[in-house]
Amino acid sequence: MTVYLKQLILLLTIALLTSVATQAQTVTTIKFDQLQELRQAPHDTLYVVNFWATWCKPCIKEMPYFEAAHAQYKDQPVRVILVSMDAVQDKEKRVLPFVQKRKLQSRLYLLDEPDGNTWIDRIEPKWSGAIPATMFFNNKRGQYEFIEREISEKELQELITKYKP
Amino acid sequence: MKNNRLPFLYMACLLLVGVLMAAIPASNNAGYQVGDTARDFKLKNVDGKMISMANYKDAKGFIVTFTCNTCPYSVAYEDRIIDLHNKYAPKGYPVIAINPNDVKESPKDSYKHMQVRAKEKKFPFPYVHDETQEITKAYGATRTPHLYVVQKQKDGTFKVAYIGTIDDNSREPGKVQKKYAEAALNELVAGKAVSQPNTKAIGCTIKWREA
Repeated sequence: MTVYLKQLILLLTIALLTSVATQAQTVTTIKFDQLQELRQAPHDTLYVVNFWATWCKPCIKEMPYFEAAHAQYKDQPVRVILVSMDAVQDKEKRVLPFVQKRKLQSRLYLLDEPDGNTWIDRIEPKWSGAIPATMFFNNKRGQYEFIEREISEKELQELITKYKP
Repeated sequence: MKNNRLPFLYMACLLLVGVLMAAIPASNNAGYQVGDTARDFKLKNVDGKMISMANYKDAKGFIVTFTCNTCPYSVAYEDRIIDLHNKYAPKGYPVIAINPNDVKESPKDSYKHMQVRAKEKKFPFPYVHDETQEITKAYGATRTPHLYVVQKQKDGTFKVAYIGTIDDNSREPGKVQKKYAEAALNELVAGKAVSQPNTKAIGCTIKWREA
């Protein structure tokens, strides 16, 4: 193999690796049962579940804080999950382009349940349905906190520090 | 003497507990629940006139709708709010739309922008601005759109009969199966109790004025 070819392969490998690293996550469409399953995850892990939508300005404002937390705690038992409230019909046209543009790295779901009245009370009776809203829980330790408003970066960091195992 | 004082002390403690318990819901500031008496208001409509529920002598109640210019859910529901008004105003339940958003936090919800939107959509109902957010807080609205159907009582007060959403599909009006607000209004018009007086939906958070 010539040196030239070796260099080319190396270059391609680097390109491939970096593209993988910056590639945005896919968005998994889920139904309420899967959201409930996530809410009941039995692991000794802090789950930070943020409900957002592409049309929700305050959600987009606070999103970088969640992304930063995801990167910061990647190697610890902390899972940052962003659950989009966008309609499933808007997934291809609005959600995926948004996710790609922002290169989102947290785990991404889209909850395909148009009738909030059938599920909001079942996941959190205190929730009126306004977004942004965020849940923090570690079921192994019986910890739970719910916030129905925009969160500051400081507040998010404090809550993660408080609850992370 | 000492023994005589004991019942007083006991009574005082009971009284204190009672006062504290009564104070809890008030300080909680959660707004109205179904069955509560809703306060009237005096808010400026897009045509410059002040709107109060007391001004409508013939109304049997109101569909008080917290909504705005900027929330896509509100925009998606505009035509359905117009339909609600056209259907239920003749039955005694007109819509009063209240924009709860703070102008600094959401500039496109300004009075001027409200006037433009009301004209564009030819709103057949008042579209008033709750500039101080006092009414929004009193009602306990948290999102847009957020509906409060109130029913006028014999003494002229307004009792909350329904709190919630319009229907089960904001995105696709054609796929709506459950018209929650209409069901409640039909029951009220028929003189019945509302069988599902509380419903929920995802909506835009109200843009509160920064303290």
